[in-house]
Amino acid sequence: MSLNVSDLSIARGGLPVLEGISFELTRGQALILRGPNGIGKTTLLRTIAGLQPPLGGTVSCGEDQIAYAAHSDGLKSALTVAENLTFWASVFGAQSIEPALEAYNLAPLRDRPAGALSAGQKRRLGLSRMMVTGRPIWVMDEPTVSLDQASVTLFANSVRGHLDAGGSALIATHIDLGLEATVLDVGPYKAAPLEFDDFDGGFL
Amino acid sequence: MRDLRLAVRAGGGFGLGLAFFLIVTVMVPFSVGPESDLLSRIAPGVLWLGALLSCLLSLDRLLALDWEDGSLDLLATAPLPLEAVVTIKALAHWITTGLPLVLAAPFLGVLLNLPLEGFKWVVISLLLGTPALSVIGTFGAALTVGLKRGGLLLSLLVMPLYVPTLIFGAEAARRGAMNMGVETPLLMLAGISAGVIALMPFASAAVLRINLR
Repeated sequence: MSLNVSDLSIARGGLPVLEGISFELTRGQALILRGPNGIGKTTLLRTIAGLQPPLGGTVSCGEDQIAYAAHSDGLKSALTVAENLTFWASVFGAQSIEPALEAYNLAPLRDRPAGALSAGQKRRLGLSRMMVTGRPIWVMDEPTVSLDQASVTLFANSVRGHLDAGGSALIATHIDLGLEATVLDVGPYKAAPLEFDDFDGGFL
Repeated sequence: MRDLRLAVRAGGGFGLGLAFFLIVTVMVPFSVGPESDLLSRIAPGVLWLGALLSCLLSLDRLLALDWEDGSLDLLATAPLPLEAVVTIKALAHWITTGLPLVLAAPFLGVLLNLPLEGFKWVVISLLLGTPALSVIGTFGAALTVGLKRGGLLLSLLVMPLYVPTLIFGAEAARRGAMNMGVETPLLMLAGISAGVIALMPFASAAVLRINLR
């Protein structure tokens, strides 16, 4: 159930960005990642979600435990709100999309094509997808972008509900969500610049 | 899984391939002149070439749309294995592009003065061959998914892989139209399709994993 990261080093575009990251995430716990732009928060989350291999170190958690929400929401603009959500629910084998629609106040919009939604509404739909995955560890990358204050509260409530139900969340964000969460600043883990002494070595 | 097909259908250009096929086959009589002998001789080949090119035309939308809106990343972290995702993608592509081409071919055959015996074999060879076009095309699309304007590279990569299917497919249709034995090319065509359908999804998924990094 818990996510264990030990001595993780990650690279973006072949260059190391972060190294020596270790943390543990247990049931009911939330961890907020902070750090300046370009430090490698997204890369870290993608590595933890298994989309790219780490340079070194280990990420250990059970099979199929992680639900990942990226910058983009993965919505099909030709499908309605309910159809988009039903698609993901059937991929993840969830029963009902109603709790997710309710939690993000999307019920009035359910028959609207996703292409006709505002940016904040799209974001809410993208976040509600996490609720139909039924997975214990939520890994979210800047979830509050383009959300208004009321929607941020909706989001915080849904995360709190998830934590109370025994889940955990790893969130990269810059704003204060009002959650009781541990904060991890990834700035100090910035990887040392590469030494280019034997630069020709690889080519010979 | 059914929903994935639906999603692809809503997002893909359904009529594009079919319209292109129509244009190619309608234009051929104009360009080669009104000689019915010549037309009926080249009809199976033209139909096959038209089907192949219209298949090629719709390939770059196959995975690129999902890449752009981020759903490919989300699908990669879903419980569905990527092999299943690309197989369904290929199946959806075949249903939206390959199958309409197969169904339209007999009607367009009339325009090309296709001999009467040829209709059956053109349809059968297209039915056997177009799934291979979709599956190989999905592999090409997976190879070029992260690239902006990957269409040119995609066509260049996929073209040589399409050649065997085209040769045996068009040969089967031609022999059928001329009342000759069609078993050998038809069996070769079916063999290519079966092999490609069995193996290509693994290659596509592996390539996609590397491209998503």
